[in-house]
Amino acid sequence: MSWEIERLEKAEKIIEMYPQKRSALGPLLYLAQDKDGYISNESIVEISTLIGITEVQVQSVASFYSMYKQEPTGKYLLSVCKSISCEISNSSNVIESVKDFTGLSNNETDNENLFTYESVECIGACGGAPAIQVNYETVEGLTPDKAVDLCRWLKEAEPEVIVADELQEKFGGVKSFDWAIEENAGTSSPVPGFQTYDTVKEKK
Amino acid sequence: MKETILLTKHMRENPEDSHSLKSYEKNGGYKTVKKVLKSGSPEEVLEEIKDSNIRGRGGAGFPTGVKWGFLAADEERYLVINGDESEPGTFKDRILLERDPHQLIEGMIITCFAANISKAFVYIRGEYAKPARRVQSAVEQAYEKGYLGKNIFGSSMNLDIVVHLGAGAYICGEETALLNSLEGRRGEPRLKPPFFPAVKGLYNKPTLVNNVETISSVPWIMSNSGKDYSNLGVEGSTGTRIFSLSGHINNPGNYEIEMGSSFGEFVDTLGKGVKNKAIKAYIPGGASAPWLRGDQLDVKMTIDDVANEGSMLGSGAVVMMDEDTNLVLAAKSLVSFFAHESCGQCTPCREGTTWLENILERVASGRGRMSDIDLLLDVCDNISPGLTWPPKMTTICPLGPSATASIVSLMKDFRSEVEILLPRKVVIS
Repeated sequence: MSWEIERLEKAEKIIEMYPQKRSALGPLLYLAQDKDGYISNESIVEISTLIGITEVQVQSVASFYSMYKQEPTGKYLLSVCKSISCEISNSSNVIESVKDFTGLSNNETDNENLFTYESVECIGACGGAPAIQVNYETVEGLTPDKAVDLCRWLKEAEPEVIVADELQEKFGGVKSFDWAIEENAGTSSPVPGFQTYDTVKEKK
Repeated sequence: MKETILLTKHMRENPEDSHSLKSYEKNGGYKTVKKVLKSGSPEEVLEEIKDSNIRGRGGAGFPTGVKWGFLAADEERYLVINGDESEPGTFKDRILLERDPHQLIEGMIITCFAANISKAFVYIRGEYAKPARRVQSAVEQAYEKGYLGKNIFGSSMNLDIVVHLGAGAYICGEETALLNSLEGRRGEPRLKPPFFPAVKGLYNKPTLVNNVETISSVPWIMSNSGKDYSNLGVEGSTGTRIFSLSGHINNPGNYEIEMGSSFGEFVDTLGKGVKNKAIKAYIPGGASAPWLRGDQLDVKMTIDDVANEGSMLGSGAVVMMDEDTNLVLAAKSLVSFFAHESCGQCTPCREGTTWLENILERVASGRGRMSDIDLLLDVCDNISPGLTWPPKMTTICPLGPSATASIVSLMKDFRSEVEILLPRKVVIS
């Protein structure tokens, strides 16, 4: 199934921002992932037509970057950090508790398509280690118990929009720095909530 | 020891809305760029930056004025802000993007004025969705006010800024990999020469690639003077710098300080010390930097002092590891990071980092062999011949050698922690 008109219009707008069409490839891959939860073959064909490169060239770039997913992700992408500051702050216990609760191994998605679990490298939340991202919205200062509470809440409340401030207040602890003003915006799919992709959503 | 607040002044004094245009302007924001555009010349800006002696805040510490100085002549030139901050332990660009995006934009406009550039990009790592949203909103506000676009501030200058999100690849912090990524390619570092994007960069055109913190410093330098800036800190490490402090520390966070005091003083005063524990080792400048020992806390926090100790101040990420830390697991975490992030172009790095990870894994889990220490060092030597610092390399970029830093530190200063995990020799008498 090819892209709907609205998505194609977004794509055209993005392409216009760059001096050369190919530079839009990264953002267009996010548009694809916002649609299907992964980079589908149909989207690869669509993108190759839009910017005039081959399908193999599109796939070669898509497979290079860890945030472009090759398989469908669940509604909530759980990314637990395992790099040095988190590692020495017991992130392995957080990882175990999230894996236990979801029953998932690394890069697995559950049958309900609710959670995808991954352990990831540094997400720049070292001052608030250990940390997690849900659809790329950061929560800092976790404990294994709080991590389970977070997953349980996601499962029960099934929020449409993931908002970092809300999750931090409910489940977080020490922060890397003062986040200051609270925000009501986040993302509703497993891609970064960003204006250019039209993936920023307000919590109701 | 106190902080010296330049770059983080506005965000600290206006926590409720420091990211908004209204707050930035109310506190003197965009005044400097207006003055520069009205009565300054590009040559004057370049002189001030050179006088400030500011060195790049991304990790390599290259003098910014020199970099700007050899931007090649061409009708089409670009500025690319490196906001791909991914060095484990580092979260200082995150606060600058999230809490004071207009300061960065003002710095970018002044930079583009000095370098006669009309198209600029801010490349932000994909995981920094919230900081990127703030920057994008700030860019949109600036366009609405006529601070970006055509004839900005009523001058003859045009400038467009595009905010571009990366997609989870540490290697894109390497400037030529970042440019490939921005061109819609795999984030693989380019062969050198050409050594500098200032000669051949984005689309093979002359390109300035500067770190977020470096360009965020430009408005302060221009509203005061290069000389004022160079009076802060010490020779060779002028101005302030935002250090990200994490690990086993009572008060982790970002601290803006003048370079020149010791790590020990920094940790004890601003970091409020380590809980009832001694520090076994610490990382002075991000995951790529060789470790220093707990008895080396009197080392001064300057680019040159840390280099003299055989490490680097790098990205300003200070990670403290207390006496209970399992350093073999710490090294394994660091090596796994580089194994995961290796782009795969160069064999010594692609194969070597994976082997280092596998060997450390078996050592850490008690399945090591007596020969593993030599094997680890041999693999390291294949990536970085001689195991010196700064490293020699058999690779296109420094990622491979960075992976060896923690292992070499472990073997040099904490070898007994590895040996105890290995099977003992049985001596029959």
